[in-house]
Amino acid sequence: MENINVKINGIDVSVPKGSTILEAARIANIEVPTLCFLKDINAIGACRICVVEVQEKRGDALGPKRIVASCVYPVAEGMVISTNSPKVLDSRKKTLQLILSTHEKKCLSCVRSDNCELQKLCYDLGIDDENYYEGSKPEYEIDDSAAHMVRDNNKCILCRRCAAVCQANQGVGVIGANERGFTTNISCAFDQGLGETSCISCGQCIVNCPVGAIYEKDNTAAVLEAIADPDKYVIVQTAPAVRAALGEDFGLPIGTNVEGKMAAALRRLGFDNVFDTDFGADLTIMEEATEFLSRVQNGGKLPMITSCSPGWIKYCEHYFPDMTENLSTCKSPMQMFGAVAKTYYAEKMNIDPKNMVVVAVMPCTAKKFEIGRDDMSAAGVPDVDISITTRELARMIKRAGIKFNELPDEKFDEPLGISTGAAVIFGVTGGVMEAALRTAVWKLTGENADSPIEFKEVRGMEGIKEASYTVNGMEIKLAVVSGTANAEKLLNKVKAGEADYHFIEVMGCPGGCVNGGGQPYQPASVRNFTDIRALRANALYSLDEANAVRKSHENPAIKALYDEYLGEPNSHKAHEILHTSYVKRGLYNNK
Amino acid sequence: MGSKKKAAPFNGTPEQEKQLKEVIASLKDDKGCLMPIMQHAQEIYGYLPIEVQTMIAEGTGFPLEKVYGVATFYAQFSLYPKGKYKISVCLGTACYVKGSGDIYDKLIEKLGIEGGECTPDGKFSLEACRCIGACGLAPVMTINDDVYGRLTPDMLDDILAKYAD
Repeated sequence: MENINVKINGIDVSVPKGSTILEAARIANIEVPTLCFLKDINAIGACRICVVEVQEKRGDALGPKRIVASCVYPVAEGMVISTNSPKVLDSRKKTLQLILSTHEKKCLSCVRSDNCELQKLCYDLGIDDENYYEGSKPEYEIDDSAAHMVRDNNKCILCRRCAAVCQANQGVGVIGANERGFTTNISCAFDQGLGETSCISCGQCIVNCPVGAIYEKDNTAAVLEAIADPDKYVIVQTAPAVRAALGEDFGLPIGTNVEGKMAAALRRLGFDNVFDTDFGADLTIMEEATEFLSRVQNGGKLPMITSCSPGWIKYCEHYFPDMTENLSTCKSPMQMFGAVAKTYYAEKMNIDPKNMVVVAVMPCTAKKFEIGRDDMSAAGVPDVDISITTRELARMIKRAGIKFNELPDEKFDEPLGISTGAAVIFGVTGGVMEAALRTAVWKLTGENADSPIEFKEVRGMEGIKEASYTVNGMEIKLAVVSGTANAEKLLNKVKAGEADYHFIEVMGCPGGCVNGGGQPYQPASVRNFTDIRALRANALYSLDEANAVRKSHENPAIKALYDEYLGEPNSHKAHEILHTSYVKRGLYNNK
Repeated sequence: MGSKKKAAPFNGTPEQEKQLKEVIASLKDDKGCLMPIMQHAQEIYGYLPIEVQTMIAEGTGFPLEKVYGVATFYAQFSLYPKGKYKISVCLGTACYVKGSGDIYDKLIEKLGIEGGECTPDGKFSLEACRCIGACGLAPVMTINDDVYGRLTPDMLDDILAKYAD
């Protein structure tokens, strides 16, 4: 690649042509502060925090010094850049003071108190008076109409990262900038509450918000209350992707697997059983692979599309209501787990399901919506009672004074804590497909124990992946997508007859659950230069490799569940307990 | 939360809908089509209520929020119909120093609507304007073609009563 020579803060640097000044500075080991910029999501050069002073070459001489936004300004040959001249520092500080003049500075009680990007900028840029400019301040009503989150515009700094991810990456666009000038605000059309719109609850706006303007509804108090109630039997389950990211909230490097410490921490929080959603994932594969082969062999609706991601499900119901028949009828692993806990396990342990509380720890905010869906109560009570995010669990652990990093590695309880390598990769895009293939190909090859394990074609962080396999003379055409904007592209191709897949995996969040809306915050300074999705995914693939059992149908606890209770996959009983139905919502029906 | 905007009932006709759909069909494949479509829609309906914006969103594939964002950014677009009686209060310099701000606030209070809005019965709409060249009569307001000058807030009841029908 062609390189360009520039001078940054007096040092000569050679950087790839087409780099922005922000990227060039990073190559020169200089971090320029940013606020509105997010790689691949928001590049509008609007907030002016990342300004630098630039002189461009004009013939043999240098042109005048100019202030430009480094996040969107490309480097040019011979450019002289200063990232920290007095003029630059003064400009950034003034911008920040103006942002602060309308920001509700309730920092002590803010959910982002320890990881607010605005707060860090104030410290880094030496803000010594948070009320430097005094003037009128718009006041906004808090929007808590959605099941999963709260929007507090009084803390919004109008960076538009949320609106950008909602529109560009998720293809949803229910929030955006309305009005203009001083009254500009991020909201929904006609002042509707988010819960009245076709929001899919993915939470990508939350993880991409730099401040405390958007946050999940905190359900940790309900968890503590259940644990403290002697009449309640409280079970916890943890989704695959949680163990790949929870450590970040305790200062561990991105991609650290903390499965053992997480199990230990949950036990110390007082749950009666520490189980694993991975068990539900293995069960999902049994049901879903069987459903898929049955659809193929009996002329059922194809392509079949996975149903694990509740953000994707809500997206499909709103934006592709004519394709809900393509969705697998399988409940998600979280719901399957809850359903089995309150039927099979409750009967086995002689516990009244009404006294059982199933808590789910999820990398996801849409799960808070999913637990309230219709047709999700196998035992006559909700399959899952409370769903909290990875972040909420981290908060609970900190509040309980548990020294997470010093905990021993412990195991999940049996039997609903037993799982395979196929289950843990559910947390990354392509994982459900690979896990399903492991079992489907085994079946199609006459239950051959030596059937292949790894299907690497469906791995990786690309938004749309395609593969095809020929098994026993039968061709299976697959697609794997993540981020609902990619799903939109793919489904439009399917509807137009330009693609004839048999099986599609869709994950609502880009990269899958490892990058879910309920995962720990990582600031733009990290996101812009690191693919956190790939690092977290590596932790899951390592866990898969380390597991002696890597195919769902080989999970002994799953075998016992079918032998003792369900009969066989897709049996009548399995359908009653493990399958669900969908709603054709359409765009303007949020009910 | 719910929509806080006070909307007059929507009385769009099938002819208007047909016109709008034709406009959308002819423009929707052009780059930057949203503004022209919205301008045509406002010509057809006189304003852009949620019903019209929803038709534009459905016809173009843009999210409703994007349409609304454009509609609220540009002063040329109105979310509200003009009332049968269009009240316009001058907030230009001369009228303002003579207290037209109080007149405006009093009207907001009496009519129960914000500036730019229309009463739900479609009777009065209220807006602020800049100098209408009647500074000698400041503070001034107009109701359709009638001009009222040297106003005080206590005169408003009698004036509004003239437009009872």
